[in-house]
Amino acid sequence: MATKSLLARKNKLSEPKEQLRFLSNGIFADGKLPSFTEKLKVSQQFPLNPNSIEILQINVGYMCNQVCAHCHVDAGPDRKEIMTRETMLQCLDVIKNTKAHTLDLTGGAPEMNPNFRWFVEEASKIGVNDFIVRSNLTILRSNPKYYDLPEFFKKHNIHVVSSMPHYTQDMTDRQRGSGVFKLSIKALEELNAVGYGKEGSGLQLDLVYNPTGAFLPADQKALENDFKKALKRDFNIEFNNLFVITNLPISRFLEYLIASDNYEDYMYALVEAFNPAAVANVMCKNTISVSWDGYLYDCDFNQMLDLKVASKVQHISAYNEKVLQNRAIITSQHCYGCTAGAGSSCQGSLPNPSEGGAT
Amino acid sequence: MANNYYDSSDLKKFGEITEWSEELGKKFFEYYGKVFEEGALSAREKSLIALAVSHVVHCPYCIDAYTKDGLQRGITKEEMMEAVHVGAAIQSGATLVHGVQMMNKHKKLSM
Repeated sequence: MATKSLLARKNKLSEPKEQLRFLSNGIFADGKLPSFTEKLKVSQQFPLNPNSIEILQINVGYMCNQVCAHCHVDAGPDRKEIMTRETMLQCLDVIKNTKAHTLDLTGGAPEMNPNFRWFVEEASKIGVNDFIVRSNLTILRSNPKYYDLPEFFKKHNIHVVSSMPHYTQDMTDRQRGSGVFKLSIKALEELNAVGYGKEGSGLQLDLVYNPTGAFLPADQKALENDFKKALKRDFNIEFNNLFVITNLPISRFLEYLIASDNYEDYMYALVEAFNPAAVANVMCKNTISVSWDGYLYDCDFNQMLDLKVASKVQHISAYNEKVLQNRAIITSQHCYGCTAGAGSSCQGSLPNPSEGGAT
Repeated sequence: MANNYYDSSDLKKFGEITEWSEELGKKFFEYYGKVFEEGALSAREKSLIALAVSHVVHCPYCIDAYTKDGLQRGITKEEMMEAVHVGAAIQSGATLVHGVQMMNKHKKLSM
């Protein structure tokens, strides 16, 4: 498993244009598979336009203590892109005025941003209905300076969303690195100890499941039941919901698909599982993604592909919800990842899915 | 035409059998889909049974399909291998239990 980002390895897939070129060539250029635009046109959903903004997702930096094999951010310890306090202040101005009910902080490991706590405190003062921090768990146990974060999260009523690809060590460590499972369990124990995931505490702890290879996730509810049973039985750990997220074929997951000769089969599987009903609820319909340097995107995936919103307003400093509303969402073949089966988003499977594909 | 009997890409074309016999094809896929729904047995348990049977009937398409299905359902490789052993044990038992027939015949024909 690589211990450096694509960028540090000078892999050509670290360039968004190279990824987009790859996703438009081959099986999508020779007509074997329809492009995402063609598929949207057939179901009369092109162009894709947003509904009102409900979620403001802010990526506070690409630095991370882990180098997960599937990471769409290409995050790692060698990434130095970190949101400054100045950009955070611009974000806070937006949070004061937005109609969005959810603030969603992601990274990298957001906790590694030196201004992370200050930003959480300031945003918390404004009052956010649902304040999410996406924590990779191991960061909470990586250094004593982070040990009090569960208490800090509790103080600000943070909704913790954490990655956990499996309830066994083998499958977790293969995706996220050696030793990650044990450290994640320790972090979950600490979160449980302050009340997170416990019934009646009001402290929300959700886990995110990404498949640990070139396959799509199965039913969210069934997986959640298996996770709950196994984590309770083996470690006495409790959590609220399991969010099932499909791996999108970009960045390091794309690198893995190509290197393991799974790319074409995976794209066939995504296209075959295309669910027109899922399109209506994809996250780009109600989300704005903000990058570490303040630019605006339709989603975190488009951010990593450097596909800025198709709008006059492209930066948080000029944020205007009305103007942003009148845009077409930018799509490419990676979007098949969010419309497969029950659909996929940062909040897990999409509501009101039609039935998933049979084998 | 491919110069071998099995081609993994043929699995993607499975649905095409309906084109040459629409009613039967549709009924089969409807039945197939129904069988694997959650029921008295969970879909997870059914997936493991399917994997074991796939090995017993020597179906490479089914082995690919149910290995992938198992991964999707979070089934571990240890669980999958145990399921294969269940199939193998039944298959070898089915061979060996015929040894009784051999013994019967041997005894009947021998002085």
